[in-house]
Amino acid sequence: MFDNLTEKLQNTFKRMRNKGRLTEDDVREGLRDVRMALLEADVNFKVVKDFLSRVEQEAIGQDILESLTPAQGVVRIVRDQLTELMGNHVERIKMASNPPTVIYLVGLQGSGKTTSTAKLAKMLKQQGRQPLMVATDIYRPAAVDQLQALGQQIGVPVIYEDGLSPVQLVREGWQRSRQMAKDVILVDTAGRLHIDNALMDELVQMQKEVPAHETLLVVDAMTGQDAVRVAKAFKETLPVTGVILTKLDGDARGGAALSIRAVTDLPIKLIATGEKVDALEAFQPDRMASRILGMGDVLTLIEKA
Amino acid sequence: TRTRDSLGGRLRTLFQGRQWDDSLWDQLEEILFEADLGYDTVDYLLTQLREEVRISHPQRADDVMELLRHIMVDLFEKASDPTLLDPQRPSIWLMVGVNGTGKTTTAGKFAYMMKRQGYQVILGAADTFRAAAVEQLQEWGQRAGVDVISQGAGADSAAVAYDTVQAAIARSRDLAIIDTAGRLHNKSNLMQELQKVVRVIRRERPDAPHQVWLVIDATTGQNGLAQAQVFLEAVQVTGIVLTKLDGTAKGGIALSIKRELGVPIRFIGVGEKVEDLMPFDAESYVRAILGD
Ligand SMILES: Nc1nc2c(ncn2[C@@H]2O[C@H](COP(=O)(O)OP(=O)(O)OP(=O)(O)O)[C@@H](O)[C@H]2O)c(=O)[nH]1
Ligand SMILES: Nc1nc2c(ncn2[C@@H]2O[C@H](COP(=O)(O)OP(=O)(O)OP(=O)(O)O)[C@@H](O)[C@H]2O)c(=O)[nH]1
Ligand SMILES: [Mg+2]
Ligand SMILES: [Mg+2]
Repeated sequence: MFDNLTEKLQNTFKRMRNKGRLTEDDVREGLRDVRMALLEADVNFKVVKDFLSRVEQEAIGQDILESLTPAQGVVRIVRDQLTELMGNHVERIKMASNPPTVIYLVGLQGSGKTTSTAKLAKMLKQQGRQPLMVATDIYRPAAVDQLQALGQQIGVPVIYEDGLSPVQLVREGWQRSRQMAKDVILVDTAGRLHIDNALMDELVQMQKEVPAHETLLVVDAMTGQDAVRVAKAFKETLPVTGVILTKLDGDARGGAALSIRAVTDLPIKLIATGEKVDALEAFQPDRMASRILGMGDVLTLIEKA
Repeated sequence: TRTRDSLGGRLRTLFQGRQWDDSLWDQLEEILFEADLGYDTVDYLLTQLREEVRISHPQRADDVMELLRHIMVDLFEKASDPTLLDPQRPSIWLMVGVNGTGKTTTAGKFAYMMKRQGYQVILGAADTFRAAAVEQLQEWGQRAGVDVISQGAGADSAAVAYDTVQAAIARSRDLAIIDTAGRLHNKSNLMQELQKVVRVIRRERPDAPHQVWLVIDATTGQNGLAQAQVFLEAVQVTGIVLTKLDGTAKGGIALSIKRELGVPIRFIGVGEKVEDLMPFDAESYVRAILGD
């Protein structure tokens, strides 16, 4: 819809210019285009508000009103601010100095936890680690089968035993990791709603039994305004250390990434871009910023200018 | 034990018993955006509402909310929905949607619901791609007490769909529900694969599928509109099932889909248990969005 935000802004400013010199009010007016683009990208309503007031200050403080290309100036500020908000550098998965490293993947139903667990295991294996996965989703039909099938595909063992509770299963996973000399334990957990106190508490109990080095919140890139509520609730209950943003091979603009970062300060550590087990990549804030604005190509042009 | 989302409560205290004044427009706008209605629909609703407020000059904030509620509910026209089951037997239903929205779960819930209404149901496991998707549906078949037609993982999904239709005919079932793999609408090869499933079903039953259920996750934002658009074009979606409404997301994108594409919401998913499927009710859906 807003494949070309710059062009849209250009037109807006051109209309204004016809009345004479651009004023601060014109910039505010122009930022409505940006607002629309951000809301269409699913950036949280309040985050958009805060963000735009920052951009406005910045834009008015600079000389872009005088420049020949105020639209590009504004877009550049928007993009820079977006990138900065999302963290300027790539965040890595932290490994424990004293192995095994314990990584939990948590999140809402269907967000991509099980698939991401296998993808991460494969990635770590390729980096020379010895991962092991623990299946603790004892609720969803065939959730364990799913992880076991993926484990077989990537050649990573899956720990599971019928009749054990999730807390008992992580303990089992921990013990087996010692016996098998594995240095990373990846815990796939059942999908749960952030308002489901009983299931949220189950995660707390699991981490009491086997503490986490990383707790990664797995979030679907298509998530709308709810992303903020979800991320906040998970962070309040668990020591969440980062986010995996999934299904970015779709055409969702992924404003959830910005919302979560702005509200919880959690870094996006990895992005998932497909159903296959190797579709996992490092998160790049600048690329995400362009994507949210729906304007990849235009930005490369600006960079060259 | 679940705590309720505080948005509704906050709004009620904000509006209740209060005189209407223009400062409340911003609050209204926020409610609508936070429910994922999207820019165009919010604009449409507020324009309509401004017009009605101009005409009738409501005094209290509650009255304005009431006007808005009416405008929203009216978008779901009152005409009764067409019957679920085709008079011709078996009826063939197809579950479609992007990854992880709740297709397989809803197929299981549907099987249970229809069986309880006295129909003979059969399930078809045409998601032959995702790890253990077949086992997942088989488990649902057991819960609902219905047979599941499947081939192994990696089989041709159209072949499974065909088998399912044939089995439904041979065993004189009333209804066959075919689960399909999750697919993102922007992947044209996967959308073509889905069209092939439909073609193959039609070889056996030219009027099928009788229902194509697009399963949309209530947490979905504006992308839901693109999803609906593409699935509608590819396989003539007949209705939407809006899942995961037991969370804090309001699923407002479904209203936008209804308004812009005319696809009706017919059922909602409110949990992970076999009975957690309910007919869609416009009144309560809109009330939930507005925080009642
Ligand atoms: N296209 C695409 N699909 C994905 C991606 N990640 C996961 N999926 C798919 O999304 C669906 C759900 O993934 P799962 O890994 O089962 O999600 P989950 O969070 O474990 O789900 P529950 O355990 O049921 O809560 C599956 O169809 C996956 O193949 C991705 O990056 N891109
Ligand atoms: N809370 C809640 N969870 C649901 C609901 N419907 C489905 N789920 C859960 O959402 C997750 C995904 O459901 P599935 O039925 O596997 O989704 P799917 O669309 O078949 O997924 P793919 O086949 O991988 O694309 C599972 O954990 C389900 O238990 C619902 O109405 N409420
Ligand atoms: Mg899972
Ligand atoms: Mg499925």
